[in-house]
Amino acid sequence: MMIMLQIILFIITAPLLSGLVAKIKNNLRMRKGQSIFQPYFNLAKLLSKDEVVSETASWIFRVAPFVVISSTLAAAMFIPVFIFAGPAQQIGDFFAVVFIFALGRFFLALAALDTGSSFGGMGSSREMFISSLAEPALCMVIFALSLQFGSTNVAAFSGMHAIPVSSLVAALALFLIAIAETSRIPVDNQETHLELTMTHEAMVLEYSGRSLAFIEIASYIKQMVFFFLIAQIIFPIALPAGGPAQIILWVLWYLSRIFILVVIVALIEVSVAKMRLFRVPDFLGFALVLGVIAVVCAILGAVCRT
Amino acid sequence: MGNSNFTLLFDPLSLFFLAVIFLVFLPALIYSFSYLKGENSSAKIVFAQVLLLAFVLSMALVVSVSNCLAFLIFWEVMSLVSYFLVVFDTKNSRSIQAGLIYIVMTHIGTAFIIAAFMVLHNYARSFDFLAIKSACRIMPQAAKDSVFLLLLIGFGTKAGIVPLHIWLPYAHPQAPSHISAIMSGVMIKTAVYGIIRFVLFILGVTSAWWGVLILILAVITCLVGIIYALMERDIKRLLAYSSVENIGIILLGVGLAIFFAGRNLSYLAVFSLIAGLYHLMNHAIFKGLLFLCAGSVYKATGTRDIEKLGGLIKKMPQTAAYFLLGAMAISALPPLNGFVSEWLTLQAFFLGAFSVIGGSKLFLGICAAMLALTSGLAAACFVKAFGITFLAQPRSHYAENAKEAALSMRVGMFILALLTVIFGLAAAPIIKLLARVSGSALGIDAGNMRFTLNNFTLAPQTANNVYLSTPALALGLITFGIAGFVLYKIFDRGNPVIYKTWDCGYYKLDSRNEYTATAFSKPFRIAFSFFLLPYRKTQKIRESFYHVKSFTYETHTTKVFKKYIYDPALAMVFKAAKSMRRMQPGSIHLYLGYIFITLLLLLVFMGRF
Repeated sequence: MMIMLQIILFIITAPLLSGLVAKIKNNLRMRKGQSIFQPYFNLAKLLSKDEVVSETASWIFRVAPFVVISSTLAAAMFIPVFIFAGPAQQIGDFFAVVFIFALGRFFLALAALDTGSSFGGMGSSREMFISSLAEPALCMVIFALSLQFGSTNVAAFSGMHAIPVSSLVAALALFLIAIAETSRIPVDNQETHLELTMTHEAMVLEYSGRSLAFIEIASYIKQMVFFFLIAQIIFPIALPAGGPAQIILWVLWYLSRIFILVVIVALIEVSVAKMRLFRVPDFLGFALVLGVIAVVCAILGAVCRT
Repeated sequence: MGNSNFTLLFDPLSLFFLAVIFLVFLPALIYSFSYLKGENSSAKIVFAQVLLLAFVLSMALVVSVSNCLAFLIFWEVMSLVSYFLVVFDTKNSRSIQAGLIYIVMTHIGTAFIIAAFMVLHNYARSFDFLAIKSACRIMPQAAKDSVFLLLLIGFGTKAGIVPLHIWLPYAHPQAPSHISAIMSGVMIKTAVYGIIRFVLFILGVTSAWWGVLILILAVITCLVGIIYALMERDIKRLLAYSSVENIGIILLGVGLAIFFAGRNLSYLAVFSLIAGLYHLMNHAIFKGLLFLCAGSVYKATGTRDIEKLGGLIKKMPQTAAYFLLGAMAISALPPLNGFVSEWLTLQAFFLGAFSVIGGSKLFLGICAAMLALTSGLAAACFVKAFGITFLAQPRSHYAENAKEAALSMRVGMFILALLTVIFGLAAAPIIKLLARVSGSALGIDAGNMRFTLNNFTLAPQTANNVYLSTPALALGLITFGIAGFVLYKIFDRGNPVIYKTWDCGYYKLDSRNEYTATAFSKPFRIAFSFFLLPYRKTQKIRESFYHVKSFTYETHTTKVFKKYIYDPALAMVFKAAKSMRRMQPGSIHLYLGYIFITLLLLLVFMGRF
């Protein structure tokens, strides 16, 4: 029961992350900006809108939003927000999360090709390009964490622990990967609809109404999963015993950790320009190198301890 | 050589490979009934079926004989029969060329295997597997090392390890599709059988560097295979290159087993071999399925060029669904079978990293990262393969007039598609069976090793709380999907409007506006340009100086291995042959002299024994 509740809390707060980033960015640019709840308003609007489907599209296009939402929710199921040893930990580990995200991405990329527009194809090609290059870096991060904490289980590095150097480096690498995977500046831009620069937005260009709402929710949750995992690694949580007061404390601690990351993301987004697509391999190559450094740190750490 | 009796040996390893052979053979046989109809005369169909049976029988015997000589005989029968199947389409000059490359490469491989067997026989004085196995205990290390290298080259040629993969993308696509399915799905696995049987079972791993060498080769094979597959626009060649990649993944598992066996880590060796064998079986299933689907597409449209296809999901809905399942499985998407075996292989790396020290940890980590890169690229490759072939609008008249495959073809595909799901969901019971196979191949008692928690959950690291339960995962995915659908229905506002794709306000989009396979792979071509060495050919056809009538543009990638290894080697062979020709001037007196000298030499030589 508690596990379901925490997941629901997790999902409900997911769109807030994007809202906060947009708000902070606007304030930094001396603008008033939209409400931090704008993503929720957008979703509500989309859910009540009519839907248009391309006549070229097949059932893949219709099914993809469900696959995307179900795979993202399934991945979120593995994230231990407050309680670490849920039954989901018996179903899969960090790798399962990575592969489940790949399932949603696979269908979204197919759906983008399905309508026969060149935007979709372009988005699909770029998305698969970026995600496949992010994969080895992500694997290195998981490898470093698993060497450090002895397991690839997501719960293994979620509890209270000292913060080793390898985890810090791994978290930095994971941060770069998260930027690429959640289509943020400097890899992609969630706000633009300029055809030459967009990746994720190009894939979902033909979607509208409820289907678009589903895909948007899914990408908010995916973003939340990545940033929450980073928070979990660099700000480990102490677990007080139950009770209503404690629950409020947990929620506050959870929100404040996310908030710190949100500020960092917003600062990066206002201060860096989007890079060319063919610079992305360098960016992700840097993440891979950080991953290797994290592994080396983990190995050296183990050597020093013995 | 008194004991050349051809007895059969049915140990768990042989039974496993027999199971793999028949798992792909039966659907392929059912599929072939309709597939062969049409273009071929009835006599040729009978001939093809006889060849198919001989092919499967020879493979079955290769994996079950217990004698090196018998092994070689059936190995050769298998190669020759498959050669005839590759050149089955005799009217096509490409088939003949493909067959030639295949037969030359496969015999180079066989030569190395024969050399290895001769060294083994020298020590064991017998060709019997068990006799050699016992002789190997006292064999000097240098001899073992050389036998290992000979076997690796010999079997590596058949398996398609880079840079010996050169024949695979020629031969596999040229054969009829159900034969391609068996060749890619099963025949190249007999080489993996050879490596497991002779290196792990008979020779026994005594050097630590064997595993390292195989792992490095496997990583290179994975990456080269999938990068070439991404560039390919012929659907069957794409699948053939992807077989090269998957052989790499299988060899990662087998290589890890050798790596750990050389370090006396028996639990890890058994576990890694399970991962390798599991992927071997899965690859047989989904690659068989994909080749059968590609064959249906070829039969329905008459082309294998995916740039000319498109929109087939509406014309051939069932074939499309089966291809989608195969593509998902090969991209390692949960909860299908490819996901399970790739997960197991990654876990084998991670689990192994706890038990080795220092630099080896980093080495295993980097191998695992390269495996992850491979699986990412494979997903991109199969998004391309499925998306361009089956989705959007038809790009040519070939695709417009396509019809769904005949019943027996659909049945063949259905069986394999079902197996991709079953082998994904029933992972735990299968692992239990594979543990026995793996244990017996390594000569380790795997009876008290536990790899599963219960019948639904894999637990390679029970102590570390690492689990995977594909049935639960599938259940979760379906539940969330249904929940999403219910939510969708709650906010129902009537049927969606069907309208044309956004065309930026100009005019109706047609298939020329669609993204092509070449365009899809362009980012990859640029990112891997250091290896692919892409180049363009442009040509302006002018009517006059001022008016360009048409413009052609082609983009190609350089086949590095062909250009820098095989072409120079071939040139050298021809050069040597040319200089040898001087020995044959046409004078009968000279030839009689040759015979006389040979006779003299033989007499002298024989006298020394």
